[in-house]
Amino acid sequence: MSDTTLTPRRLTWQRRRQSAGRTWRQFRRHRTGLIGLGVLVFFGLVALFAPLLADHSGIEVTEATGGVLEGPSWDYPLGTDANGRSVLTLLIWGARVSLMVGLLATAISMFLGTLVGLASGHYRNFFGAALFRITEWFLVVPFLPLAIVLASLLGRSLLNIAFVIGVTSWPATALLIRAQTLSIEGRPYLERARALGAGDWRQMSRHVLPNVMPMVFANTTLTVAIAILSETTLSFLGLGDPLRVSWGSMLDEAFNTGAITTGAWWFFLPPGICVILVVMSFTLIGQALEEVYNPRLRDRA
Amino acid sequence: MSAPTSTLVAEAETQPSQPGRRRSGRWRYIGSKLLGSFGALMFVIVFNFFLFRVIPTDPVRTLARNRLVSQEQVDELTRTLGLEEPLHQQFLTYLQNTFTGEFGLSFKYRQPVGELLLDRLWPTLLLVGTSTILASVIGIYLGMVSAWNRGKRIDHLSTGSSLTLYSMPEWWLGLVFLAVFAVGAGPIPELFPTGGLHSTDVDPNSFAGGLDTAWHLTLPVLTLTLAYLAEYSLIMRSSLLDEMGEDYLTTARAKGLRDVYVRRRHATRNALLPTATLVVLNLGFIVGGAITIETVFSIPGLGLLTTEALEVPDYPVLQGTFLFFSIAVILANLVSNLLYGWLDPRVLS
Repeated sequence: MSDTTLTPRRLTWQRRRQSAGRTWRQFRRHRTGLIGLGVLVFFGLVALFAPLLADHSGIEVTEATGGVLEGPSWDYPLGTDANGRSVLTLLIWGARVSLMVGLLATAISMFLGTLVGLASGHYRNFFGAALFRITEWFLVVPFLPLAIVLASLLGRSLLNIAFVIGVTSWPATALLIRAQTLSIEGRPYLERARALGAGDWRQMSRHVLPNVMPMVFANTTLTVAIAILSETTLSFLGLGDPLRVSWGSMLDEAFNTGAITTGAWWFFLPPGICVILVVMSFTLIGQALEEVYNPRLRDRA
Repeated sequence: MSAPTSTLVAEAETQPSQPGRRRSGRWRYIGSKLLGSFGALMFVIVFNFFLFRVIPTDPVRTLARNRLVSQEQVDELTRTLGLEEPLHQQFLTYLQNTFTGEFGLSFKYRQPVGELLLDRLWPTLLLVGTSTILASVIGIYLGMVSAWNRGKRIDHLSTGSSLTLYSMPEWWLGLVFLAVFAVGAGPIPELFPTGGLHSTDVDPNSFAGGLDTAWHLTLPVLTLTLAYLAEYSLIMRSSLLDEMGEDYLTTARAKGLRDVYVRRRHATRNALLPTATLVVLNLGFIVGGAITIETVFSIPGLGLLTTEALEVPDYPVLQGTFLFFSIAVILANLVSNLLYGWLDPRVLS
């Protein structure tokens, strides 16, 4: 063996690398998951390189060069909007905002959900029970009305919309994490940790959290899908950042400027199709990951 | 997932054998569910209070920035919310108003919010009720077909389209329908009205009026049905697949019962359990989800009322609709829990 200097730290990292490799090999067998990953990488690159693909001045209303709601042409492959801007340019820059809000909202939701779920599963006293009750109550509050009220009270900005989506979507994650925590807490190695005098924080952060993480990860991709759908819906209702273009705000504009009644399909079809593709690829990846991490599901189709 | 199964086993072991104790278990179950719903209701009422008072540092100032709102209305809001009083006094006034159905006057319509809500309730119920019935019946049927033909082409087709519908903002589908079937695209003529609930020249209470309303509701109902059908068929499929591996089905088949009979009478009944509760549970969320569909098709229901209130912003109306939508979810929750207890007596003990 060449690994003569195997320190605990290196051993941990080696194990982590192996486990990541195993996950990837299992994930690779899910064709739908791979397709989702491919589509997602495409949209991610488009969002990342938006300044190279389309000039930012293309989304300024004052610098619009095209006609009103013109159909697709060589200059404007997806036609123009009611202000004479190229729809393709809007679509490319919209990918940025939609993905960014989706990821930011998910980060908030995951952080809150994991924290509350872990704590309510770990503490078997009044505190844990109270957290569980609160989670259940928040689950009852209908998402869209709450998001609408919050967004209208907080004002319209990119950060606010991400905050609103994050704050309204954490309870489902918290319940999932709580169930997972409860099942892990019953295992012998936690009893061992407790017997050795590990405190609450150490038990949660070093023993429970690493085992809950795979579920959090699989759930994250599903949450991003929901967050992007929510961003689109809230922007469509006119609650998005008025200074930025997202797929939802494009659809809002299309609806309000009569693109539907004049049959300007190039304006309202592409943003919707992009949303479907992104949401679907996140869902497919999430499903594939769930099957990889949850052996019970593996032999079911 | 070992915890849920182990608790199930524990529950089964402690299950009382005498019928008398069984009955008391049922009442205890109903009681605990009622109490839980009551707690949730209280939470929502308190939450509604703080949402509109604490988060905007000053709702009156937010409102005063809006040019559409006059000084009188600002004063009126200050009075209705009782903002000059101490917080606990405000809360008591709010509680009293909520329980007596006084939600204040709408800024936009100058009408009590309670009346407005009642006026706008029926279109929403009609839309949501029809779509739920259609979506659950068709969705359950599709899920069954998928599960029985698992892995075949029809299963892939149904699961694939369900997933696509599931990834779609439902109002976008509504926009597409609007453009294709109401405005007309290519060879397709204008088939349906572009919005509203009635034509202006027809009496809504006559037979022709009923047909006219159905005509107006076709596209929105179709949209909502498709949006929810996807979820129901996916759930039905997976719960039927869960059920199909069970031993009692093998027993039934070994007794010589025909496959069709085993599926219809044994597997489907048990698989319907989670789906039925989901349908009822969703009913509460669908009422809130109708917001976007009503906006797209301009149906004068609670959803359109909400989005119209957003533009002002009409805080009394927003507060009223928020409370209403939350209560709808709590009620749906309660009914689905009771339904589950009734359909599956195992949870009663």
